[in-house]
Amino acid sequence: MALTKKKKAARSNTIKLKFDTSWSYDPAPESKSAASIKPKYDHFINGSWVKPAGGKYFASINPANEEKLSEVAEGNEADVNKAVSAARNAYEKTWKKMPAKERAKYIFRIARMVQEKARELAIIETLDGGKPIRESRDFDVPTAANHFFYYAGWADKLEYAFPNRNTAALGVAGQIIPWNFPLLMAAWKIAPALATGNTVVLKPAETTPLTALKLAEIIQESDLPPGVVNIITGAGATGAAMVNHPDINKIAFTGSTDVGKLIQRAVAGTQKRVTLELGGKAANIIFEDAPLDQAVEGVINGIYFNQGHVCCAGSRLYVQESVAKQVIRKLKDRMETLIVGDPLDKNTDIGAINSRQQLDTIQRYIKIGKQEGAEMYESSCRLPGKGFFCRPTLFTNVAQSNRIAQEEIFGPVLSVLTFRTDDEVIEKANNSPYGLSAGVWTDKGSKIFNLTKRMRAGVVWANTFNKFDPSSPFGGYKESGFGREGGLHGLLPYVNLIS
Amino acid sequence: MAIAKPYLTIPDFSLSPRIDQVGVEERASRFTKRSIKKDSKMNGLKLVLNMIDLTTLEGKDTDGKVKQLCYKAMHPHDAVEGIPTVAAVCVYPSMVKVAKKALDGSGIKVASVATAFPSGQAPRDVKLRDTRYAVQEGADEIDMVISRGKFHAGEYQFVFDEIAAIKEACGDARLKVILETGELGTFDKVRRASDIAMHAGADFIKTSTGKIQPAATMPVTLVMLEAIRDFYYATGKMIGMKPAGGISKSKLALHYLVMVKEVLGDAWLNNEWFRFGASSLANDVLMQIVKEQTGLYQAANYFSVD
Repeated sequence: MALTKKKKAARSNTIKLKFDTSWSYDPAPESKSAASIKPKYDHFINGSWVKPAGGKYFASINPANEEKLSEVAEGNEADVNKAVSAARNAYEKTWKKMPAKERAKYIFRIARMVQEKARELAIIETLDGGKPIRESRDFDVPTAANHFFYYAGWADKLEYAFPNRNTAALGVAGQIIPWNFPLLMAAWKIAPALATGNTVVLKPAETTPLTALKLAEIIQESDLPPGVVNIITGAGATGAAMVNHPDINKIAFTGSTDVGKLIQRAVAGTQKRVTLELGGKAANIIFEDAPLDQAVEGVINGIYFNQGHVCCAGSRLYVQESVAKQVIRKLKDRMETLIVGDPLDKNTDIGAINSRQQLDTIQRYIKIGKQEGAEMYESSCRLPGKGFFCRPTLFTNVAQSNRIAQEEIFGPVLSVLTFRTDDEVIEKANNSPYGLSAGVWTDKGSKIFNLTKRMRAGVVWANTFNKFDPSSPFGGYKESGFGREGGLHGLLPYVNLIS
Repeated sequence: MAIAKPYLTIPDFSLSPRIDQVGVEERASRFTKRSIKKDSKMNGLKLVLNMIDLTTLEGKDTDGKVKQLCYKAMHPHDAVEGIPTVAAVCVYPSMVKVAKKALDGSGIKVASVATAFPSGQAPRDVKLRDTRYAVQEGADEIDMVISRGKFHAGEYQFVFDEIAAIKEACGDARLKVILETGELGTFDKVRRASDIAMHAGADFIKTSTGKIQPAATMPVTLVMLEAIRDFYYATGKMIGMKPAGGISKSKLALHYLVMVKEVLGDAWLNNEWFRFGASSLANDVLMQIVKEQTGLYQAANYFSVD
């Protein structure tokens, strides 16, 4: 009978698999040559590039090596005003009057151009945000194109979307998007807005403006009438100026719950329509009858994909106590085979943390977790010398009242809790101010139906995780926000229903 | 961490773990996204070649055919230096003696199919005789087939006992148990058959006879590798794995190596614990090795077809 494989620990009879093998993967970097990034970008307003009114620019860096990629314009109130006026003008004079099927053609054209420039967009997304090139290439860019395709189809069928009702566009939409899926979030915002006949002022996050600006180039090339889509860059102050602008009819925001609350306060008492897609602390639940290896894979994807920078990340794992030891062992083995490295390397699984600030936040929570008495495990991989990187981390021995089980960390950190019965886990999963998503892993169909009915989460995945489709509505309950993006439901926030 | 303990308790095989097909297929396809380049590609290719069981299992096999195949096994491509030999040659029992003599001194193993290969539809005494004959003739390894009919009828004890009896008849020869996954139907059943085989004494579990479609696929191999991992943690005993049939391209073979590396790790990445049951794969690997060295692809006719 073969014993332990660890030669060093000859005395120990603990079995451990050794993944650090003599056959390792050589670097397989994607070439940067397909991507062209200008040294400086202005705002995209009314179909052309406009210098910022205040004359200021700020840098966007590559979080994998802290090198500057470009400088982008800092938008102030005057810039926001220009953009909103352009959008208003385009709405009243052109977009409102254009037949729906002509609107559809523009959206379709943008979709095709996103596909054609897919490689360039994927590389820029990886450079600017730190996510692995494999993810940008295989998920972000194709899904963004799909959103444009999907909503292009709705533009001329709105009269069939809501039974017995017609729709009327709202006017000008102000849209603020986050840094975790920059291009995809831009697509999620712009596509339904245009399809329903609105015009747009969009502000990308300050750490990841480049793919939105590349999208602006695409939009310019697509000959979309000037002013229908305007893209301005800036940080929190620029966003606030947008939110407070009197001539915006609708605000769409994806980002942190804290900022969502600020926005909610700012629009109170105005006629502005709002949708908010905020944070989450999703519960991933593994029952004892789940296919364990596949469940573990789903959990791993749910929290370590995109470095954990996902609002719907499965950051709380509830595992039924009878299989807890096995599941934790399988999680640790799987974590050992995750590669943290240069985001441009095609073999990288976990890329760079988006910013110094976010890395500090994650490290602070890891410290809190240890102080709270939870047991920390991180994989043994080497980290690159510079840039912002974090190993995939696991906390076991976590209780419901630990801060790491309640607060959103937004990083590759998983908290593992145990449970005994279905009722108990439903209560614990719902016991959160958030309600964006959840995952259920079991072989029993009736249990899936039981749980999905009783879980208070906007999206519940059964025996899978992080599955998206433009036709499927996405959004949360409670402090994860309100309003849905995607599908038929995603049209509603951008229209008034009229008889 | 689990502690090694003797596996005297035989589990109830009807309760073997459930496998989710969608999840398995997704995980298997993720392995194909790994990019293997430069040195790691060359090392991988050589490892693949060294793991191949060159196979001839035809009604028309003769001494001449087997001798020539054995020569190929020892000299895959003498035109290039540094090419390793394959792991084994796999033949019918009647050809074992010839193969053994031809491979004498080379270190390459002789594997023999047995137990009324490929159908397995024969009485116990015939299967035992088949096995003993092959072992007497000099086989280092025996590739047996399980009784799929009995398995589907739920007679797991029968399947278990048969494997245990054949293992006994093997003596010093290592036993590979062919599950014929293409006839099993679902991943749940593949897992169950894997568990039965391992508990009954298999040294290797193998996907297919290569005589029907589908043969080996990455998802089915993944299910079996995960079964081996769970068995290892429960008992401390390593079991080898051999996907057979349907692997004819180097790129695919490298994906399999990635899968073994990321599921089981270092200990299994050698031909003592992992084999490829393939015939045309060897020439594709040789072609890729020459390409890595020279930068050019040579035409197929530069590589011998035996």
